[in-house]
Amino acid sequence: MTDSTLTRAESGTRRGPRRDADWIRRNGVYVALALLLAVNVAVTDNFVSEDTLRLQLIQVAPVLIVALGMALVIGTEGIDLSVGAVMAIAAALIPLYIGYGTGVAIGIALLAGVASGALAGILVGRVGVQPIIATLGIMVAGRGLANLFGGEIKSIRDPGIVALGSQSVLGVPYVVLIAAAVAALAWFLVRRSTYGRQLVAIGGNKRAAELAGLPVRRVLVTTYVLCGLLAALAGVLLAARSQASDPTKVGLLVELSAITAVVIGGTPLSGGQVRIAGTIAGALLMQLITATLIFHDIPDSTAQIAQAVIVVAAVYVQLGRRRTRR
Amino acid sequence: MTVSPAGTVPPSPIGAAAVLETEGLTKSFGPVRALREVDFALRSGEIHALVGENGAGKSTLIKLLTGVHRPDAGLIRFEGAEVTFGRPADAQRAGISTVYQEVNLVPLLSVARNVFLGREPRTRLGLIDAGAMNRAAAELVGSLGVDVDVTADLGRLGLGVQQMVALARAMSVESRVVIMDEPTSSLEAREVATLFEVARTLRSRGVGIVFVSHRLDELWELCDRVTVLRDGQHVHTGQLAGLDRVSLVATMLGRDVTDVAREGATEFGDTHRQSGEPVLTASGLDVRNRLHGVGLHVRPGEVVGLGGLLGSGRSETVKAVYGALPVRSGSVEVDGRRVRANSVRHALRAGIALLSEDRKAEGIVPELSVRDNIALAVLPSFSRAGLVSEKRIDALVGTFMRRLRIKAAGPAQKVRELSGGNQQKVLMARWLCTEPKVFLLDEPTRGIDVGAKAEVQALIDELAGHGLAVVLISSELDELVEGADRILVLRDGAVARELAGERKTTSALLAALAGGAGTEIGPEDGDDR
Repeated sequence: MTDSTLTRAESGTRRGPRRDADWIRRNGVYVALALLLAVNVAVTDNFVSEDTLRLQLIQVAPVLIVALGMALVIGTEGIDLSVGAVMAIAAALIPLYIGYGTGVAIGIALLAGVASGALAGILVGRVGVQPIIATLGIMVAGRGLANLFGGEIKSIRDPGIVALGSQSVLGVPYVVLIAAAVAALAWFLVRRSTYGRQLVAIGGNKRAAELAGLPVRRVLVTTYVLCGLLAALAGVLLAARSQASDPTKVGLLVELSAITAVVIGGTPLSGGQVRIAGTIAGALLMQLITATLIFHDIPDSTAQIAQAVIVVAAVYVQLGRRRTRR
Repeated sequence: MTVSPAGTVPPSPIGAAAVLETEGLTKSFGPVRALREVDFALRSGEIHALVGENGAGKSTLIKLLTGVHRPDAGLIRFEGAEVTFGRPADAQRAGISTVYQEVNLVPLLSVARNVFLGREPRTRLGLIDAGAMNRAAAELVGSLGVDVDVTADLGRLGLGVQQMVALARAMSVESRVVIMDEPTSSLEAREVATLFEVARTLRSRGVGIVFVSHRLDELWELCDRVTVLRDGQHVHTGQLAGLDRVSLVATMLGRDVTDVAREGATEFGDTHRQSGEPVLTASGLDVRNRLHGVGLHVRPGEVVGLGGLLGSGRSETVKAVYGALPVRSGSVEVDGRRVRANSVRHALRAGIALLSEDRKAEGIVPELSVRDNIALAVLPSFSRAGLVSEKRIDALVGTFMRRLRIKAAGPAQKVRELSGGNQQKVLMARWLCTEPKVFLLDEPTRGIDVGAKAEVQALIDELAGHGLAVVLISSELDELVEGADRILVLRDGAVARELAGERKTTSALLAALAGGAGTEIGPEDGDDR
């Protein structure tokens, strides 16, 4: 008798409103992005220029990379609060190991992200700690660790790092290219790979996935490792762009921006779906909101409040949809 | 029992007024009518058994009585006055305590704190008087025959002791009614004995006790009267003494004791041609508090039925075979080769598939498509270098959607939009994709429409015809008798009887389910308890 709620969906009586809610959840972010772009084109001076566009893309790149990792984690019905701290660790490691060469320093920074992700993955997947608790712990400890590696702001003069943060190919900055490559890779993983299929199945019904013989724990660990790796990559890129590393500032509150981007992009916090294109649009929308407010001399704190309002609204839309289903 | 003189109203012991009473209690959850116009009366000083199979409405009734839910219609009378409990705290304050299988106390607080939670003795300064509280708690718990340090954290004690503490709390608030919902299902025998002692003590003090249990023996041991619910309706209330087990079970299942097997009530055909050595041999499966040395074997082409009442260990048996429920001991062999214990993946690889009873929680992935749901279990084996072979999956999904006649808009439709019957077929397809040698089917036809039910039954026959070894769990007597070649009847986590050949009839099954004197032990099970 338990399935009667499911069969009800067939009757089609509530199709209309449910479709609308579904449509808003899926496409609302694109509509909002298009609207805000249109408004800026109309009212903001010098908005339509190559420089503005490039600056916006450079600024959004690290957040987008973190958000893509976050989207995978949220797809498993998890969450990763440690991404900001991992960014700070990665950024702090660069000046520490730059003496061994650009490649080595970047490699070590990325490895730190992998290690942190593996820790989170093992805590969640094997020990069974709740994701929010496990990654909260890593977030606090990680920020402390970053401060330990480099207590104060260090400038980075290494030509390789500087090039990574400031140069372009055919007018497109490296940073933006890397973010685009990561996005393409994430899309491929989710849509085409076995791993991606398993990830959404586990997020959609973990017990069913276990009974179907899927490697649940391995997929969970892999997901947190990817998220940690991408956070570290974002940390490296941020350090390269600012040619400095400030462990107390790098990646601060980035976890909130990343979660916001994922959620307004239509990926449900309840797991089982990963929307890469939506996440990209979500990150762009958040960036554009901040930029719009800055263009019009509205202080940063207001921008943060705007972000908060948007994320609450986005989560509300999701919950509304789930309520109608029950 | 004294026999009441003819002509008097139904037996009503002296001074036994109803302390808790319901009239026309009705409750629906969405379109599901969980409870329909149920009249129920609990007297003070009695232990009243509440029984029924899955979906009978026991938990719903209890939740209405304890203020967890509110009725859609009907009323509840407590000590003669009509009451409405807005929330559980209201019911507790009125004097209705509940002892659940899972204790609903605070594990991080001490035993004493739990007993007096919300009513702690205070000092003049308004602080908790720990000394007085601990002394009172020790006295109370001691009077229940439980030897425990009342300052210890509750969570560190055994489940049995925790339930005693819950009972002590019920006594200390001077409850008029105690509802015990499957209190014994996770207790050891000694703990059960203590629990019963406490329940009798409470009864002698005039407390009315509602007792829910799936263990039939306990009913006669402890209870005075019984109420049977079925499909959300009240079907019987009466004295337990004098009622025989078969009648009670027949009432629970909605069958007449004299009911002769109705030939052709299902789509199942005649006996299957089974041959050769068993493909599945499980022996001595032991799961803590659930299974005690269960064994079974199935030959290719054979359908072995698992019968038993709720809580008898049917689902636990197939889950243990499949490695989804940790076993303490026992072995599972497929084609003579031992399968690694407690590993779903090894069981799958060995050729075992399990269609779980709980389609929603353990079966479908609602947001995924029909295609992805069917292909779920073969994902690992269909992958090369981390990529899935889409072509192979498409071909396989197409084959099974046709073969099982799955009605969907297409492979891309989300599975949550399908009817229950079609969801069930999707899940059967998922497991058939893995080309199993042994198919464990846990209530495959429950909650699906009549047409789909017939199709599923015919499919089971067809699969057995092709040499698949099938284990079939069903609560429907006809389905077991007609669908299975042999029936193992489980009771309290052990095989109690085996029915085959001419003894495989509905009435024999009914008797075996009820158990009790004279029906014990079939010929083939050496590992009974």
